Amino acid sequence: MQGFAVPKMPHTPILSIRNLSAVFQNENGGLHALENISFDVKPREFVCVLGPSGSGKTTLLRILAGLIPPTSGAFTFGQGEEPSIGMVFQQATLMPWRTVTENIKLPLEVKKIDEDSARKKTNEMIELVGLQGFEDSLPRDLSGGMAQRVAIARALIHDPDLLLLDEPFASLDAMTRERMWTELSNLWQARQKTVIMVTHSINESLFLADRVLVLTQRPGKIKMDMEFDLPHPRKDEIRYTSQFGKLAKKLRGAIE
Amino acid sequence: MKRFTPIILSTLAFLLGWDLLTRYSGIPNFILPSPLSVWTRFLKAMNDGSLPHHTAITLTEIVLGLVVGVTFATVVGYMLAKSRSLEKVLSPYLVASQAIPVIAIAPLLVIWLGDGILSKVVICALIVFFPVLVNTIVGIRAVPTALYDLMNSLHASRAQILWKVEAPASLPVFLGGLRIGATLSVIGAIVGELVDAESGLGFLLQLGDFQYDTPMVFVAVFTLIALALMLYGIVRVLENKFLKWQN
Ligand SMILES: Nc1ncnc2c1ncn2[C@@H]1O[C@H](COP(=O)(O)OP(=O)(O)OP(=O)(O)O)[C@@H](O)[C@H]1O
Ligand SMILES: [Mg+2]
Repeated sequence: MQGFAVPKMPHTPILSIRNLSAVFQNENGGLHALENISFDVKPREFVCVLGPSGSGKTTLLRILAGLIPPTSGAFTFGQGEEPSIGMVFQQATLMPWRTVTENIKLPLEVKKIDEDSARKKTNEMIELVGLQGFEDSLPRDLSGGMAQRVAIARALIHDPDLLLLDEPFASLDAMTRERMWTELSNLWQARQKTVIMVTHSINESLFLADRVLVLTQRPGKIKMDMEFDLPHPRKDEIRYTSQFGKLAKKLRGAIE
Repeated sequence: MKRFTPIILSTLAFLLGWDLLTRYSGIPNFILPSPLSVWTRFLKAMNDGSLPHHTAITLTEIVLGLVVGVTFATVVGYMLAKSRSLEKVLSPYLVASQAIPVIAIAPLLVIWLGDGILSKVVICALIVFFPVLVNTIVGIRAVPTALYDLMNSLHASRAQILWKVEAPASLPVFLGGLRIGATLSVIGAIVGELVDAESGLGFLLQLGDFQYDTPMVFVAVFTLIALALMLYGIVRVLENKFLKWQN
């Protein structure tokens, strides 16, 4: 990782992405998923990524999480060292042999946190995602939405510096989804977190983010990079303000 | 109790049929002994200590053979599952080795390793090796890639991935292989003992054969069946304990 000579200032990017491209090998030469993506993420920024299906959103998150290398281009983390990452995958990705509690606790086990504080932390997270009473359930006994809440709790439990969220709320019912928006928003404000979140929902991105990136049809290029300044904490009513309406219209235009 | 009713009934029916056959068919006792004479022979072999002694020897060979065979199969299977190039190099040999029946090389092994317990342990390990190896490979290959992604996103170590993902995820298939291996291990030990041995159930079986002590042969065979069932049962217990999450 390349370090930055500049002393740490609020606007030093925590993540710089330069000319990132991703090509998957296939029979007819290669499938271009991402092309020439460049952007900087400031510390504590909440970035939403929107784009049509197949535009490489998941691929972008997987590259940033270090799960696959980019075909060309590079990304560097501002502090020089890799941040700790909390990731929510598009599918819940639970371990079927672990109970809800044990699944949520996994990152603390990996980080070798002592059993007592791990248990306390796990109980907090179970409460946060509203899964009390299901502590000892196995994933096979959970609904899709409940499984996804377990995955969200697991991504947050070790207090990561960078949250990579791939449509985390897609399978939740409207009520739970909006409660999770508020919770995520509070959490993000209370702690020093940087969030990159993929979503298909314009409402969701405007309710949560400071900035929205819109990708084009495959290969994904940045079509629009929009920063906006809606005051935090955001309440439900914000959706009926004229500023929200204008931003929503602009985004809808960019997405086609 | 209800669970065992069918097995108890079928056993009783079997014993009854067997008894009637020996009573009314006129087959001499040294060809088909009656259940009662087998039972008497069993009690005698228990009392003079010969049956416990020989059973202990065979059981030792089986357990050691299982431990050695399963350990090697698991380690080699894991390496093969992880490395396509290693698999390309080794798999022709492994498949070829399966074309040779263990019975054919058992005499060789006894010549090389002596007629003691060692040759039996090795034969037993060889016969256990393949099913456990194959199932280890299949089990490890079937671990969902999404779980690797999850662990890698947490910067988990190789050891953590092994113990927290690969081992539990492949356990169902692995235990399936162990179940086959456990049953085969009994065959392995007996094949070795039948080639040449001074002790063990295979030795007892052959002794009974030479002396026209057919009830003794039956006692040895039933003891072997009991050993195989016991090993099978142990694996089933492990499956019930560790695979509760499956259904
Ligand atoms: N491992 C892979 N091997 C080959 N092709 C892949 C791989 N991963 C993704 N792709 C391809 O890359 C393109 C982008 O995929 P990606 O999953 O990033 O899209 P996405 O924007 O997340 O879509 P969605 O909104 O449907 O989740 C797709 O055409 C997909 O088929
Ligand atoms: Mg996706």
